[in-house]
This record gives sequence, C-alpha cells and structure tokens, in this order.
Amino acid sequence: MAPILEVRNLRVEFPTRRGTLVALDDVSFDIAPGEVLGVVGESGAGKSMTGAAIIGLLEPPGRIASGQVLLAGKRIDNLGYEQMRRIRGREIGAIFQDPLTTLNPLYTVGRQLVETIQTHLGLNDAEARRRAIGWLEMVGIPAASQRVDSYPHEFSGGMRQRVVIALALCAEPKLIVADEPTTALDVSIQAQVIALLKGLARDKGTAMMLVTHDMGVIAETADRVAVMYAGRIAEIGPVREVVKHPKHPYSVGLMASIPPLDRRVEHLAQIDGAMPRLSAIPPGCAFNPRCPEVFGRCRVERPDLLDAGATRAACWLYDPASEKRAPEAMRHG
Amino acid sequence: MVETTPMFEADDLARYFDVSRPWLQRVLAGEGRRTLKAVDGVSFRIPKGTTLSLVGESGCGKSTVARLVVGLYRPTRGRVLFDGIDLEQARAMADQRRRMQMIFQDPYASLNPRWRVRDIIAEPIRAFGLIEGGAAQQRRVGELLSQVGLSPLDGEKFPHEFSGGQRQRISIARALSSNPEFLVCDEPTSALDVSVQAQILNLMKDLQRRLGLTYLFISHNLAVVRQISDRIGVMYLGRLVELAPAETLFEAPRHPYTRALMEAIPDLDMTGRQRIPVGGEVPSPISPPSGCPFHPRCPLANDRCKAERPALIPARGTPETVVACHAVEEGRDGAAFVTMNQRMGTTATAL
Repeated sequence: MAPILEVRNLRVEFPTRRGTLVALDDVSFDIAPGEVLGVVGESGAGKSMTGAAIIGLLEPPGRIASGQVLLAGKRIDNLGYEQMRRIRGREIGAIFQDPLTTLNPLYTVGRQLVETIQTHLGLNDAEARRRAIGWLEMVGIPAASQRVDSYPHEFSGGMRQRVVIALALCAEPKLIVADEPTTALDVSIQAQVIALLKGLARDKGTAMMLVTHDMGVIAETADRVAVMYAGRIAEIGPVREVVKHPKHPYSVGLMASIPPLDRRVEHLAQIDGAMPRLSAIPPGCAFNPRCPEVFGRCRVERPDLLDAGATRAACWLYDPASEKRAPEAMRHG
Repeated sequence: MVETTPMFEADDLARYFDVSRPWLQRVLAGEGRRTLKAVDGVSFRIPKGTTLSLVGESGCGKSTVARLVVGLYRPTRGRVLFDGIDLEQARAMADQRRRMQMIFQDPYASLNPRWRVRDIIAEPIRAFGLIEGGAAQQRRVGELLSQVGLSPLDGEKFPHEFSGGQRQRISIARALSSNPEFLVCDEPTSALDVSVQAQILNLMKDLQRRLGLTYLFISHNLAVVRQISDRIGVMYLGRLVELAPAETLFEAPRHPYTRALMEAIPDLDMTGRQRIPVGGEVPSPISPPSGCPFHPRCPLANDRCKAERPALIPARGTPETVVACHAVEEGRDGAAFVTMNQRMGTTATAL
C-alpha cells in the first residue's frame, strides 16, 4: 500500500547570530495507512521538531532547508500558509501535549467541533452538530448530547484530551501527528486515551505519528518506532525489534536505562554524559563521545542508516567495510 | 530489637486549604466556604538510613506532604516529629534545620540563573555558618561537586551552561552542602530523560549508602520507586490507602487502587497482556466521595464502602502491609489478589 506520509531527507535549520544550527539532519521515513509510527528520543533530539515540520508549524526562524514532505504522494513542504492551513485539520490532525492550549476557552466544545466539521466537510448546522455529538460519544465522553454545550474548563484533564482527539479526528484526516498526547495525563487515564487512539487509527485506516518519550506507550501503541538522537534517526524498525533487540548502541543504552517494574536492580544501566547541544554536535557520529563501542571511523565519518538485521541503524558497526563489527550479543539481541 | 527514634514521624498529618470564592460572590451566590483537604490524616514513620516513597496520581496530596515535612506548610492538624523533636521547634533551631534539605522537581526553576554554581552550592554553608573562610568554603564546594560527579572547575559556570541532569546534580550538591541527614525529594527525576534519570537514581542510591542518608521520595512513577525505596505508601485523595515494604507492595499489592495503578502501566515486554484501564477519574478533592474515596472506581465496592471510611489496618495474609480497604479486611479481594502476581510479568515505563 502506498504510504500516506513520506519524509525524504528532511533538514531543518535555525539561522542564529552565531551561525546556522541544524536541528534536523537527513531525516527520512514513511507511514502507511493504519500504521502507527512511534518517535522516541530524549528532549532536544528533534522528535517534536519533526512533527512541527510536517504540519508546517515550525517556530521561526526555523525553516526547512532541504528535503521533502509528501502527503498521499503530494508535496506539502513548499505550500504557502493559507494552503497549509487548509490541509491542517482536513488532511492532517494534530494532537498536542497540553489540551488547554489547543482548545479555545471562550467557545463550547460543540461549537469548536462544529466549526471544524463545517470548515472541512461543508455540512449544514444540524448535520454538523449531530456529527460532533457522535465524535464525543466515540471518544468516550459520557452524556455527549449534554456535554457538547459545555466549555473546556468544565471538563477534567483526561476528558479535555478526549475532546482534543475528537477535534483532531472529526474532519477524518489521513494523518494524525500526536505530540506527547498522554504525557500530561495520569497513568490510569493514559491507558484509556491510548486504547482510544489506537482503536480509532486502526478502524479508520489513519496513519499516525506518535511522538513521545514514554517507551511503554510506544511498546503498546506503535507498529514501528524511530529512535532519534541529536536531530537524526539513530535506529528505525519494527517496535518489537527496537524495544527487545535494539541494534544501535544508543538504543541499547536507552532501553537498558528504563527502570524495570518487576524487580529491583542495585545499579541501573546508564548512559554517561548528555546529548550534545545543537551548537556543539561532534564530528562523525553524534553519539561517539558517549558510545561504549566507539572506534576509529565513528569520530570522523557520519553513518547513514544501514541494514542491521531486522532494523536499520545509523552505526558503523553494521557496515561490512568497518574494521569493527557489532558484538555478538548486539547482532542477535 | 531496640526501637530507635525514627528520623521522621508523622501522626495524623493534615493540611486543608481554603478555596472559597471571595466574600461578596459567596454571599451573592448563597454558598458557604469551601475547603480542599489536600492531606487528610496521614501517618508514617521513616527509620534512619531508609527510604520511604509516596506514590500517587496528580492531586493525591503527595507534594503537599513533602512541603509539610520540610515545614514549608504548617499542618492543619497532626503531630510531626523530626528525630524525636517537634517539627515546629526543630525548624526554629538552625542546627536542626541544617539536618534536613529538599530536592525539587524542576532543576530549571530551582537554581538561581544569576549565580555561579559555586555560590549556589556555598549558600547553605554560608547561611548556617558551617565553614569560615572563602578558601575553605571553595574547597568544600569542589568536594561536593566531585561527590555528585561534576568537576570542581564547574563551580565557575552558570546554571544555563548545564543540561537538566547536570543541574539536578547541582541541586543535590547544594542539598548536601549543609551535611544533612534527611532529604525530601519531590519528583527529582520526573523532569529528566530516562538515560539521565538512571544516572540520578544511581547517584542518590550511592550517596545514601556512603552518607547514611534518610530519604522521603515523592514520585508518580512506580518503576522508579521500586528501585529506590524500602517502604512505599500509595496515596489517593489526600490519604494513604496502602503502606508496605517495597518488595511486598510489588509482589502482593492489596488495595484495589494500588492494583489498578500497576495494571495501568504500559507493558514494555509486550507479553500481549491487556492493560485494564481504571474506569473514571480521580474525583475532586473539594467534594470527595462518601465512605472510601475510591469506591466510585472500585470493582469491589459495596454498600459499606459507600458509607463507611476504611481505616488503615494490617492486611490479611500480608500483615506487614497496612491497607485501608473494607474488601481486604473482609477477605472479599481473594481471587483478584492471587492472579495479580501472574499478571505482573512487566517491565515498564516512561523514558
């Protein structure tokens, strides 16, 4: 099936007084209909930036310097503001972390839903309202026909995030970009919201890009996962492989440092040091100063994504031409 | 065994907030005063050299407990003893105050951006007059920086030159500078990325071993809490619903809410276990439900749960656990209790 979203060699730059910062460097991936791609990484790795670039909401002076974003085969990265505005909502739904900043506090949730539905689908008032109530029911808001006339502040956090999801879905977009949709929610509510998102994506054949730092959410929701580090994709592959048998030394460290729930460990695995700032990305592989497997060419040449068994990893360990190969344990997981 | 004085003891600790609307609005609307019972009768003791963790969802009152413990709030009710001394009295004595310190959640907000790191860390030393002379103070600051895994040369820098994890190390160095024995840590790793979180947890465990520190650790992350605690208290709507040794809590959680919390954690092992979401949401603490505050969401609730508030008492089967639940007391939780262990084949959670 043709992918709904294709991102090709995307590069995002921030011109500053002290020179140009490269926030995203050569990022490529695609998402098929009904597929959920999880994007994980530490803060500053570029995961939210990737989402913002796709929906055309990069904060100035950030700009797409090169590369392409294609939605259902058509380029959208070079569209003007007005054209992009029509695509957002109709073809791409966005869900952000904080539901309060997405909803307009002055309008009832029903009015916001009706407005979105009418703008994009051109239905009459009665029909749009009927649909709005239907969407509120679909996302699990009790007594939807009464709640439709409530204001956002009358809902709790979990219910508000459901309204935001209804708002993102009500124009039946082809793609949903969800940036930390559950981070502001308590764990008991998280589970409800995730089950909802996943079910809706599957039933409607919607492609979803799920940006989060919560590996548990990814493991449960995503079909494939991309691990980002310092503005690049370090590893991408099926979720089970990346979580259980990571190939890139960074993904290996990341998975190992998650505290286990089922036992106590005396010393948690940790990755020493911190992710470099955009202004000080080291030459070669950006992870090389923290990498336990580092060798000669890592400090000089930047690796592209290479075949590493079931996943693709940007690591010289997986280049047959390298003088060093991945340790046995890492190659087979 | 001789019972030594615990480092910290709270007895029926409570803190209410007046959240009434202004007088005129109240009169016009014909409504009375409204009270938010953020913490409503919490009792626990922390033996020296151990870690007690409080877990719960937002609004359960765990951060309010942290603030009560260090004296940032005064309790509405209840008795608090710090190493056998009434907290109010202890707070009035500098040499007692020095013995407790706090580490905050957000290392971006808790360090003064205009001060050099060496001054941030030296502030408690100067405030308590612990070391005389600039050179000796700076030697001590250098030691503290090395102790938390930074370089003594980092003292010359400003906070903005550090990453989140490094800033949290600076916060820890500052807390340690007055040679405290008791640290209150309010979500110290929840603003950090997972690989950095592991660094800070390892550091805190290491410091506890080396310096014999006592921790009160506040967190919403059960997996983190399991790594660091000796005992764990689970809070819901301002009250403790279960308090147990860490291993017991994870092996045999008793309160339906504790079990629901564990069930709700995403399954990283992808065993195909279906998460069972807790239905409903945490009710408003301004008008908590009657009886057991968890009853509207509880699968085991009956009429008694709706009417009568359960007391925290030792649980059948696991007497080292105290739990506030009528179902556990009456033995109505049996089947669910057995299956829990089998279902817990999980590794979790947030990065």
